[in-house]
Amino acid sequence: MKASAFAYARPTSVANALELLATHGDKAKVLSGGQSLMPAMNLRLISPEFIVDIGELAELRGIVVKGDVLTIGALTRHADVLKSPEVAAHAPLLRDATAHVAHPAIRNRGTLGGSLAHADPASELPACMMALEATIIVCGPRGERRIPAQEFFTGIYETGLSPQELLVAVELPVARKRSSHFFHEFARRHGDYAIVGLAAQSIVVDGYFTDLRLGFFAVGDRPLLANAAGELVNVPVTPERLTKAAAVLSDELDPQEDQQATPAMRRHLAKVLLSRCVSTLLSRPDLRSGAPE
Amino acid sequence: MTDAPETRDALSALDRPNSYIGKTMPRPNLDRLMQGRGLYVSDIELPRMGHVVFLRSPHAHAKITGINALAARQLPGVIAVVTGQELATVITPWVGVLSHLKGLKSAPQSAIAIDRACWQGEAVAAIVATSRAAAEDAAEQVSVGYDELDAVTDMRTALDPTTSVIHASLGDNLAFERHHDAGAVEDAFAASDEVVDVEFIFGRHTGVTLEPRSVVADWNAAEARLTIYQGTQAPHMVQNIAALHLGLQEAQVRVVCKDVGGSFGIKVHIYADEMATYALSKLLRRPIKFVADRVESFNTDIHARDHRCRGRIGVKRNGTIMAFEIDDLTGIGPYSMYPRTSAIEANQVVNLVGGPYVTRNYRARARVVFQNKNVMCQYRAVGHPIACSVTEGLVDLAAMKIGMDPVEIRRRNLIADDAYPCASPSGLRFEQLSHHAALAKLIRMMDYDVLRAEQAALRARNIHRGIGIASFIEVTNPSAAFYGVGGAKISSQDGVTVRLDAQGAVICQTSITEQGQGSESLTAQIVGSVLGVSMDRVRVILGDTDNTPYGGGTWASRGAGIGGEAALQATKVLRRNILDVAAAILQMTPGELDIVNNNVVNAGDGTSRIELGELARIVYFRPDTLPPGIQPELMATRHFVPRAYPFAFTNGVQASWLEVDTETGFVKLLKHWVVEDCGTIINPQLVDEQIRGGVVQGLGAALFEKCVYDERGQLTNASMADYLVPMSGEMPDIDIGHVVSPTLESELGAKGAGEAGTAGAAAAVTNAVNDALRPFGTIVTEIPLTPQIILTALGRI
Repeated sequence: MKASAFAYARPTSVANALELLATHGDKAKVLSGGQSLMPAMNLRLISPEFIVDIGELAELRGIVVKGDVLTIGALTRHADVLKSPEVAAHAPLLRDATAHVAHPAIRNRGTLGGSLAHADPASELPACMMALEATIIVCGPRGERRIPAQEFFTGIYETGLSPQELLVAVELPVARKRSSHFFHEFARRHGDYAIVGLAAQSIVVDGYFTDLRLGFFAVGDRPLLANAAGELVNVPVTPERLTKAAAVLSDELDPQEDQQATPAMRRHLAKVLLSRCVSTLLSRPDLRSGAPE
Repeated sequence: MTDAPETRDALSALDRPNSYIGKTMPRPNLDRLMQGRGLYVSDIELPRMGHVVFLRSPHAHAKITGINALAARQLPGVIAVVTGQELATVITPWVGVLSHLKGLKSAPQSAIAIDRACWQGEAVAAIVATSRAAAEDAAEQVSVGYDELDAVTDMRTALDPTTSVIHASLGDNLAFERHHDAGAVEDAFAASDEVVDVEFIFGRHTGVTLEPRSVVADWNAAEARLTIYQGTQAPHMVQNIAALHLGLQEAQVRVVCKDVGGSFGIKVHIYADEMATYALSKLLRRPIKFVADRVESFNTDIHARDHRCRGRIGVKRNGTIMAFEIDDLTGIGPYSMYPRTSAIEANQVVNLVGGPYVTRNYRARARVVFQNKNVMCQYRAVGHPIACSVTEGLVDLAAMKIGMDPVEIRRRNLIADDAYPCASPSGLRFEQLSHHAALAKLIRMMDYDVLRAEQAALRARNIHRGIGIASFIEVTNPSAAFYGVGGAKISSQDGVTVRLDAQGAVICQTSITEQGQGSESLTAQIVGSVLGVSMDRVRVILGDTDNTPYGGGTWASRGAGIGGEAALQATKVLRRNILDVAAAILQMTPGELDIVNNNVVNAGDGTSRIELGELARIVYFRPDTLPPGIQPELMATRHFVPRAYPFAFTNGVQASWLEVDTETGFVKLLKHWVVEDCGTIINPQLVDEQIRGGVVQGLGAALFEKCVYDERGQLTNASMADYLVPMSGEMPDIDIGHVVSPTLESELGAKGAGEAGTAGAAAAVTNAVNDALRPFGTIVTEIPLTPQIILTALGRI
């Protein structure tokens, strides 16, 4: 469990990092918090020739609110997201989700940008970005690109990021009035990757959803912003309506089989989550199909 | 059963006012470990030391057609690449059988596979380099030709005539079979009002130690002596085996075992890669270090459990249990493990099923088959969790069938506390157990009736909670009946030497070992109490075959009961010797003197007469001032082995309170209780934490842990991300109570406590889940109890 030999550089600026990435291209890997990359290297699942350690780029660290936009630097650690008053005030969904990311030791080193660039389909944060309408900001040789979260995640460990580009920040619209959120995941143990999870953001007016964004994760090769939400917006939500939404959701899912769950179990759990989410956000215990608190 | 240990000797220290027995004392090794001054094998660096990496078979079963290491040998830092054939020149193969397990067979196993690999993970070549990283680089350059062979992976078909035979010389894949028939089983079932017949399935799992297996072997050609630094539970066993297979005398092998980061039975065996490391040191004439990484730990540390056991119980409508019957099947990998064998677990299952109950009617069959998977052997609570889950599962299902409360059926069938000594239907002899006292205490601790009422109230709100009870018996303090009678050179006796140093401090050498459970502490507590000195004066030395008496080590819940008694007896002799000298110095008789708080005092009024340091000064430096003819002996040794009973059985009962989310299949553990009886308690906190740790490993088996193999014999979850060990977030509070029935075999009266927690935890959880699922008319009898299994049982998916 020792990594193969590799070359290593620690750039001192984003420009410097981009130069290194331009030179080494897909032979290079960016090292951020190292919580996914280092185990993979030590297991020799990957053996990059060149490591670009961006850990010293202080300019990529930090959380600021400007107008209606909450900007979080890519190098911001999960532990910092968790204790940020700005995140708590303007994106409480992200705070709740981050509490489910692994364990304290990992949250002390792992970064938001690293998690998003890694794009594990069972990870909490990509789904949050979709539910929160985030914009992913990347820098490359030709300057900055702004990618909507929905277009950023393209497959298992695959994103719209090219080998020459660096993820530098995410921008989130600050939470609107009457917005509420729901986060839950089914995992065998605290800190494990989810079997199925849901990050949801909504606006509820007079018992109706006027907006509902359902970010499911671990239900396919990438996070899913479920169209099923459309069935529940601007209509009275009845048990029948919820059943219909669950059927639409089921058609949207493409769950994988692994040691924790069959596709059928994932589908079932996703529907349970949908019902618990809607019941919670609308404060309607009657919509919850007989499960304990 | 009594509440306090019996005093049978005026000199017994157990009831002295300054006794440490029965008191929670901080562990003497705590500061050393907390300040990072522990010495684990990984910490050892020797001059010219090479690091070995084993290239391991990627196939479950394959013929090795060739090994090409030319490129690897050219790489910087590489010292040698050694094949099984080459290593066989310095080490002989072995066969893991014991003569008292009649019919047990196995094939010769080599340190490194020769010609054929029999499980995914078996070593096929050793790469030795100046660092682990360099050796891993080189390992990637070694090419091995394989012809894949049929892999035997399903234990259910291992004995079919159409299944290929792993070792042709053995004729079939059956390693061991045992039948037992006691009482009149057929008649008892015929006379039963109800019979329950179900299959219990136990996942294959392993004991995940924080520190992986590791060894440094240092062959000193000039001394013709091999020093083995290894985290092992049984140093003298390692000494014997290493000498035997390397063609050495035991005196030529020294085994040093410093700090060990957890064992749980994983480190009580002889592994092929460890043998290869000893042999490599001899072959290459330099120190060699092997430290298993986590992936190879999962692929090569022994696995355990993996049983399918069909069980039947017959019961009268009044709750009388009429008979038990089991048919147990287990797959053990391609070889029976050395030297303790892989038949012990199945043998224990046969021994233990029905053990807490009075019924005399019991029939059992156990079959142990070979497979092309990692080897299986003894892990904490060997066989007990299976026997307990089967027995207690059957008892609960029988109670359910006749509509009787699970506590009531146990009250009516557990062996009465005044019925001892007696024997189980499988022939186990019980000296003194306390099932009813333990059950009564458990019911009080958990407030059983209140919990039942709460359960009923919540059920009305569609919240499904369950209560599970599991009584158990536990083998501890094994005599030679375990291994010695079968021909294994594994000592069942232990020895302790104590000596008074020149300033009145005490050095204690013991043959038991410390792997984190507190052997050092309990030894120092006993020595300090018996001698009358404070614990900070007692230094305990263990884990070194050159510097301790000969003995078995720490396994099978034997350290306190056997090693502790040896410490007590040795210290009594030293105490007598000290009082003899003191009497001579003080011109009194020994009977008029006592030792209290590091001073020799007047037995009558406690007046201090001479400090032990002063006495030692006189003995060692001014013996000329002693009366003529006195030859003081301030060092004493005693050994102890149980003789009256083959095992000191303990007993206890566990309970689980949990909630099943019937929509998702997730189980939330809410509370766990244990009442156990390990006889005399030396250090209450150590005992309680041993039990808690054991419970947690049992809960891991119940809900999480499983080595998942595919049909081709590939272990598919060999990492800490995929193999789920129990973690604190999922663990409930665990309340512990005790009943104390000391064994009369020893003056100390201590029985073992290390495995009781593991024995009954899974049974309690499974029973609680089935209790919770009662309104749904379904049961589950397979562990780990995953959400997938529960949802399937509920028909939700």
